[in-house]
Amino acid sequence: MVEGLAEQHSSRYVELGSRHNPEDNKGDHVTDIAFPALNATTLSQRDAIIAGLAACVSADCLITSEDERRAFETDALTAYRRMPLAVVLPRSTEEVAKVLRFCHENGVRVVPRGAGTSLAGGAIPQEDAVVIGVSKLNKILDVNYPDRTIRVQAGVTNLSITEAVMSQGFFYAPDPSSQLACTIAGNIAMNSGGAHCLKYGVTTNNVLGLRMVLIDGTIIDVGGDYLDSSGLDLLGVIIGSEGQLGIVTEATLRILRSSEGARPVLFGFDSSEEAGEAVAAILSAGIIPVAIEFMDKEAIHICEAFAKAGYPLDVGAMLIVEVEGSEAEMESQLAMIVDIARQHHVRVIKESRSALEAALIWKGRKSAFGATGRVADYICMDGTVPTSQLSYVLKRTGEIVASYGLRVANVFHAGDGNMHPLILYNVNDPLEQAKAEAAGNDILKLCVEVGGCLTGEHGVGIEKRDLMPVQFSASDLRQQMRVRAVFDPQWLLNPAKVFPLQGRDAA
Amino acid sequence: MPRDLMTSSVDSVISPSSEQEISDLVRQAPSQQQTFALTGGGTHQPIGRPFKAKTRMAIHDLTGITLYEPREMVLSAQAGTPLSAIETILAEHHQILPFEYVDYRSVLGTTGEATLGGLVATHISGPRRIRLGALRDHVIGVRFVNGRGEIIKSGGRVMKNVTGLDLVKLMCGAYGTLGVLTEVTLKLLPAPKAFISLALDGLDDAQAIVALSKALGSPFEVSAAAHLPAGVMYNQAVTVMRLENWPDAIAHRTTALSQLCSSFGKVRLIEGEASLNLWRAIGNVMPFAADQQQAVWRVSTAPSRAAHVVRTIAHSRPIRHFYDWGGGLIWIATAQDQDCGAGVIRAALEGQGHATLLRASSEQRSAIDVFEPLSQAHHQLVERLKLSFDPHRLFNPHIMYRTI
Repeated sequence: MVEGLAEQHSSRYVELGSRHNPEDNKGDHVTDIAFPALNATTLSQRDAIIAGLAACVSADCLITSEDERRAFETDALTAYRRMPLAVVLPRSTEEVAKVLRFCHENGVRVVPRGAGTSLAGGAIPQEDAVVIGVSKLNKILDVNYPDRTIRVQAGVTNLSITEAVMSQGFFYAPDPSSQLACTIAGNIAMNSGGAHCLKYGVTTNNVLGLRMVLIDGTIIDVGGDYLDSSGLDLLGVIIGSEGQLGIVTEATLRILRSSEGARPVLFGFDSSEEAGEAVAAILSAGIIPVAIEFMDKEAIHICEAFAKAGYPLDVGAMLIVEVEGSEAEMESQLAMIVDIARQHHVRVIKESRSALEAALIWKGRKSAFGATGRVADYICMDGTVPTSQLSYVLKRTGEIVASYGLRVANVFHAGDGNMHPLILYNVNDPLEQAKAEAAGNDILKLCVEVGGCLTGEHGVGIEKRDLMPVQFSASDLRQQMRVRAVFDPQWLLNPAKVFPLQGRDAA
Repeated sequence: MPRDLMTSSVDSVISPSSEQEISDLVRQAPSQQQTFALTGGGTHQPIGRPFKAKTRMAIHDLTGITLYEPREMVLSAQAGTPLSAIETILAEHHQILPFEYVDYRSVLGTTGEATLGGLVATHISGPRRIRLGALRDHVIGVRFVNGRGEIIKSGGRVMKNVTGLDLVKLMCGAYGTLGVLTEVTLKLLPAPKAFISLALDGLDDAQAIVALSKALGSPFEVSAAAHLPAGVMYNQAVTVMRLENWPDAIAHRTTALSQLCSSFGKVRLIEGEASLNLWRAIGNVMPFAADQQQAVWRVSTAPSRAAHVVRTIAHSRPIRHFYDWGGGLIWIATAQDQDCGAGVIRAALEGQGHATLLRASSEQRSAIDVFEPLSQAHHQLVERLKLSFDPHRLFNPHIMYRTI
């Protein structure tokens, strides 16, 4: 323990500017997502804290220089940047435990980090926080095909899990767009989804067990390689807790056997309304395709320019519907879906005739965020709405964004109503950024208004934190914060996230 | 219900008919030294540790389907709504509860109507759990009254929702220890248009589980997989797999799966009513319904260890058993002696699984850990979680753990 630090750690706080690194950018933005006041004691004890961390891990696992720390100052919510005090990249659960025990004893805040692909700012640190990254915990530990499970260290990437079992015809189901980079630790923190969760569920439906380190350094195993828990479902509350309950270092996941075949088909419609109606009609006919993805005109053009996927450019909206099964099964399901699409005036139907064509269709969709990033800065909203409200919400989204004088591209998981409006703006224009954020907030309020929620799969992070009272009552939030406090009474783990900064004491 | 089976003993009974009434009762409770035994229809009443409470709060008057959107495959109902009412309306719209509702009245020796709240609180899933997930995977929203009398909601009515901590999962299987469930929202699926079961005869446990793993690891979406050793339901051992799908898919998959399993023997088809009845009997634990004198355990482990676990237990004491969930769920009936086999069963799991004493006399359930005992770190977390919802320990005190 650092001498004298623990006793003082809650005593003094200082305010620094919040957006961007305060060292290089001071207050030139109109709106700001606030961060908690910095712990002055931690800041003043920086050298002693670094020395303490150095005693926990080997030198190559500790990052302290300004240049190297800069790589950890933001995630995929790049409009916000804050420099961490130090970064630790432990090589084992035991090292994570040592670091957390040290931080806990000294009242030092901790920000857990997977690959830093959070769109909600879930991994953005602060000057008084130690980032604990799981990138060196990247081994596949054990695959069990008869039991259809895989045990991995939490820093493995989402895609590498599927790659590890692909040769035997298996896959790991949740497939966020960032799956090439994002880690399973981050997926667990955010309860990530993906295009195929319409049929296979999200992260929480595909995790059987976890090894987690609590803030005081205690290592616990929750669940295992068997089904369902005895007693309270701790797994259920840990998954999606955005790094506020502990740091997950290992996970046992369900793997599934791939279907005999899969085929995405493109459907082009004149309008978003027609496409939206077609989605509702497909589902209510009792057909659950593996995925139903929606793109509006703006998104089609952006993705086609980037991926050359062969998307039709003369339609108002497009669906990618993927079916699975044997050749005959896919044929018969597609026949039903085509029939429904025709009733909704489909203009273009394009079936993939080869694995290459299928991959191209998905490449366009999966590169949507990256492709959009090439044409403009954007913020991506993530509200979910009842599928019957899709058309209305799309229409209102367009109106809201237009009223701020901005453009929007919509590309999302239509089958489960998980919207992803990408609001385009220029990050170097503070007024535009303020407008984009205001439009995003209006859209999320609309999602809640029609019976939906603020975030379907990206998480709350800092981005939607201050909107939480739109969806939840004060009592709802207090109960959640009480649960949070069970695991982390001092609010040291990822403290800037999820819960509005005001009203935390009430819990 | 026989007195012996009752889990809670109480002085009085109340049946509030609104969430607000429950909230008011709970708010007044601490000052009146009040405690509550929460019940739905009482069909799962004999599960858990016996405990004393001042008042039984039965939620069976809190009924009604509050939202049903067949096109969106979502249903909300008040917690006291009978499952039979939900199943009826779903059947009219050709939809199902994906986790497969099972009826434990026969095995538990109870009567009455199971309620949605009771089902969620006891977290029971049927054979289809192996493919489509457990009840907790299909509960997407709850409302409840916590131990402070606050009305809390978590989750909602949409299919994907990661907004805030997922308290919904905590309420599933909490046995009413965290709050009074008042409303539950479920995710549904279209009813399968066709189904069929494939059976293999005469396999031993280990072979049967290998066969089931092979079937579940196939692309044919086996929706249930069980093994009934000789004498449990039939004279000879029967290993069964179920397909549920569109009719043309069923035809193709029946052939393909039969071929895949051909090395395990001749595949026999079970269709129509016979298939329905078979899975109903397995899901409802009917093999252990007749002899109510025996203790019944529900054991969860990885399928690849299941046959070994059973062999180890059977080495020490006589048991009857069968497997669901591809071997991962072991049902065990054994004599109600001093510990009903708790020591042997839990030792055989070697920490890799859990065993719940589902049925035994109240004396036994008082003396034996009904739920898998917790490590010290888990115990602390569970106790603090309990107190974060119910600081005055008003609800179902000690139903899960002696000290919580």
